[in-house]
Amino acid sequence: MVEVGDRTKESFQRLAAAELVGLYWLARRLVRDGAEDLVQEALLRAYRSFGTLEHDTAAGPWLKAILVNVFRDQLRRQARSVEELPVERVEDFSLYQTLVEHDPLPYSDTLHHDYLRAFGKEDVREVLMRLPEIYRGPLVLRYMDGFATKEIARLLDAPLGTILARLHRGRKRFELELWTYAQETGLLVREKVR
Amino acid sequence: MTEHQAVIPCSEAVRQLWDYLDHAVSPQDQEKVEQHLSFCRTCCGELEFAKQLREFLASQGAEDIPPHVKARLERFVTDL
Repeated sequence: MVEVGDRTKESFQRLAAAELVGLYWLARRLVRDGAEDLVQEALLRAYRSFGTLEHDTAAGPWLKAILVNVFRDQLRRQARSVEELPVERVEDFSLYQTLVEHDPLPYSDTLHHDYLRAFGKEDVREVLMRLPEIYRGPLVLRYMDGFATKEIARLLDAPLGTILARLHRGRKRFELELWTYAQETGLLVREKVR
Repeated sequence: MTEHQAVIPCSEAVRQLWDYLDHAVSPQDQEKVEQHLSFCRTCCGELEFAKQLREFLASQGAEDIPPHVKARLERFVTDL
């Protein structure tokens, strides 16, 4: 049986207020600037279509899905060309192997684990922002927010095969940027000093 | 050895590791990846690192919103 909730302004405000943290952090991972604007536009759009929410318990995923739609529409408006690295540079890169070969933490017994631990949340965000949006979106939605790949394809209005390919390229690009970011910022040196 | 049990190279195994962890590969491909992992220590290391990277990404969860941003968003909701 479909639960028909109380669709008043007050009930929307109550549901939305409880989801602000999750919405804001999803927006922060999707865009470099304008996370707050993205949340506001999503809230406005959600309020206008509040009647389509069938279960109050689904308010979180419903609001996030609307936020992703706003993000998708922004991307379409920008229609920015994707700055690409040569395919082979991304495809052939393995952070696992690179760490084994360069051994940037020679005193570590758990090199790969400790390397990742050196990244704070703001470092990870900076790494994410180095990815073109078409890769960042699926990566964030799949591995940080737990959306299924089919759902991501629906939300971003792209074929499933396209999303799977972008996830693959996005993962590789993310690994490469984890390496270059640490090199460029002296992250591991900072970590030793800390 | 049947055709679907053909050995795959490291590049192919690594390409499929995340989909393998997502249970998003066909039974035939799953078998090929597992067969490769049964003899390749390097790719076993890649698999363990892929698991660590997934946990790393999943652990980047939401924290508190800066108070001034939270106040503005709450006001926005109230003013709807």
